[in-house]
Amino acid sequence: MLRLDTNKNKPDFSSTEIRDPLNRVHIDVSQQPKIRVRNLDFYYDENQTLKKINMDIYEKKVTAIIGPSGCGKSTFIRILNRMSDFAASSKVRGEISLERRDIFDPEFSPVELRKRVGMVFQKPNPFPKSIFENIAYGLRINGVKNSHEIEQRAVKSLKRAALYEEVKDRLKESALSLSGGQQQRLCIARCIAIEPEVILFDEPCASLDPISTAKIEELILELKKYYTIVIVTHNMQQALRVSDYTAFFLMGELIEFNETKKVFENPSDKRTEDYITGRFG
Amino acid sequence: MKMQAKSLRQYAAFLMVRAVFLFTSFILLLITGFLLLKGAKVLSFDFIFKMPENSMTAGGIFPAILGTFYLVVMSIIFSAIPGIACAIYLNEYGPKGWISTMIRTSINNLSGVPSIVFGLFGLAVFVKKLGFGVSILSGSLTLSIVILPVIISSTREALMAIPQSMREASMALGATKWETVWNIILPQATPSILTAIIIGIGRAAGETAPILFTAAVFYSKELPRSIFSEVMALPYHIYALVTEGTAPQSQIPIAYGASIVLLFLVIIISLSAIYIRQKHRSAYAKIGH
Repeated sequence: MLRLDTNKNKPDFSSTEIRDPLNRVHIDVSQQPKIRVRNLDFYYDENQTLKKINMDIYEKKVTAIIGPSGCGKSTFIRILNRMSDFAASSKVRGEISLERRDIFDPEFSPVELRKRVGMVFQKPNPFPKSIFENIAYGLRINGVKNSHEIEQRAVKSLKRAALYEEVKDRLKESALSLSGGQQQRLCIARCIAIEPEVILFDEPCASLDPISTAKIEELILELKKYYTIVIVTHNMQQALRVSDYTAFFLMGELIEFNETKKVFENPSDKRTEDYITGRFG
Repeated sequence: MKMQAKSLRQYAAFLMVRAVFLFTSFILLLITGFLLLKGAKVLSFDFIFKMPENSMTAGGIFPAILGTFYLVVMSIIFSAIPGIACAIYLNEYGPKGWISTMIRTSINNLSGVPSIVFGLFGLAVFVKKLGFGVSILSGSLTLSIVILPVIISSTREALMAIPQSMREASMALGATKWETVWNIILPQATPSILTAIIIGIGRAAGETAPILFTAAVFYSKELPRSIFSEVMALPYHIYALVTEGTAPQSQIPIAYGASIVLLFLVIIISLSAIYIRQKHRSAYAKIGH
C-alpha cells in the first residue's frame, strides 16, 4: 500500500469537533477519542473507495458501521489496523491517529499497531491447531515465554470470551472440532489474550446462526467494559442493540455519524433514513 | 424418458472411468510382472550386498545401489531447501505481477527441458568449471537442478492453496510475515511439500542422462569414499549392461534384477517420506502443534 503525502504539515489533532460534508457539527465531545480519522481517502487502482472520511472512535464504546454492500465499511476498518497494507495497488491518503499517534508514521510498525488494534473476521478463522495452541500462538509471538503465564492468560481470555465452560475439558483438541459460533468465540479469545486496546469486528456474525449471534452480541456488550470496539454489520438491529455510536457509509462516503439512538430515531440525512427504514440496501 | 437417458449416460461414464482405471492398473502390473519374470532368478542376498564379479557377469550390484542412494539423498538435500525457499519467496514475499508470472513460466518450462541438456550443463559447470570432477557431488547437483522445478512449483501450489484468512488471522495478532510463514503456513503446507519431494525422489533415482557425464561409471573396484568419488548407479548400470555388455546371456538377467532393485529402492525411499507425511498429517489433524 502506498501512502500519498498530501500536506507536509503534521496532522492537526487539536480540533475536537467532527464535521460532515455539509459542515455541520455532529458530536461535540470533551472526551479524547481513541482513534481519530481525518480526511481519509482510499483507492484501489484508480477507484476511490473511501472519500474524505472524518470520524472519531471513543474509548470503551461500541461504534457500529453500517451501510449497503460495497459502501467501503470493511475497507474502512481494515485500514484501522493496516490490514489494508496487503491489498495490492492500493493507496491511502489522510490521517488516522491512535491516541494521537499517527498510525502511518514509519516509526510505528504495523506489527506494533496490530498488537494494540486486534481484529475478528467475518468467517471464523481458527488455526488448524488445538484450542489451547490457537491462543498460545498469539501470546508466544508477542513475547510471552513462560508456559505458566501462557496457560493463565489463555484460560482468562477463554473465560472472558464466554467459551471456557464449553471447552475446558478439551483444550488439546483441534479448534476445527468446534461449532461455527464456538470458533468465532475462540477467535475473540485469541484476540483478547494479547490484550489489545481496540477490537475491530468485521461482520462477526455473518456466518452464524441466531443463537450464536446472540451470544456474540452479549459478549460484545461485556467486552465494552475493557476495550474500544468497532463493529461492521449488515444487520441494523444488531447495530441498534450493541452500539453506542453508528456511522452510516454509502458509496465510500460517511453520510452520517452520531449516537446510535439519534441515527435510528432521528436521522439527519434523507439517505440514512431510507437505508434504516429498508428502502434500499 | 429423460431421466432414463441421464442415468444411462451416468452409467456409461462410470463404466468408462472404471475401464481406464483397470487398464492403467493392468499396465502397471504387466511391467512389474515382466520385470519379476525376467529378473527374479538373479535376486538373492548376495546380489544386493555383494560387489560385481567376473567383469560383471556374476556377483552383486551393491555399489550401484549405494551410488543411487547417495545420489538421491544428496540431490534431495540440494533441491529441497532452495526449492522451498524459492517457492516461499515467490508466493509470500515477491511482488505479484508480470515479473512473478514470468519467473513462474520459466520454472515450468525448465521442467520440460530434456534431461540430457542438464547433463551437459552439469559436465560443463560442475565437472569442468568448478572442478568437482566426475563425482557424487557433480551428479547430485545436476540431478537437483532436474528436480528443482518440480519442488518449486508443487510447493508454490501448496502455499497458494492455504486460505488467505490464515495469513490474516496471524498477521492480525501482530505476527510478522516470517512468523506467519514459519508457524502457520509451512506446517499446513508440509504434506504437499513432502509429496513434491516424493515425486522428486522417483525422478532423481530413475534419471540416467544427468549422471551420464557427471557421476556415473560403468565399474569401480571400490565403494565411494567421499562426495568427490565417482560412483556406479542403478539406472546407468542397467543401461551399460544392456548396451555395452560383452556377455549378454548372463548380463541381461542382471539388468532385469537391477531394475527390480531400483523399483523397490524408490518405493522404500518414497514410503519413508509417505510415512513422515502421514504422521505429520494425523498429528496436525488431531492435536496439532
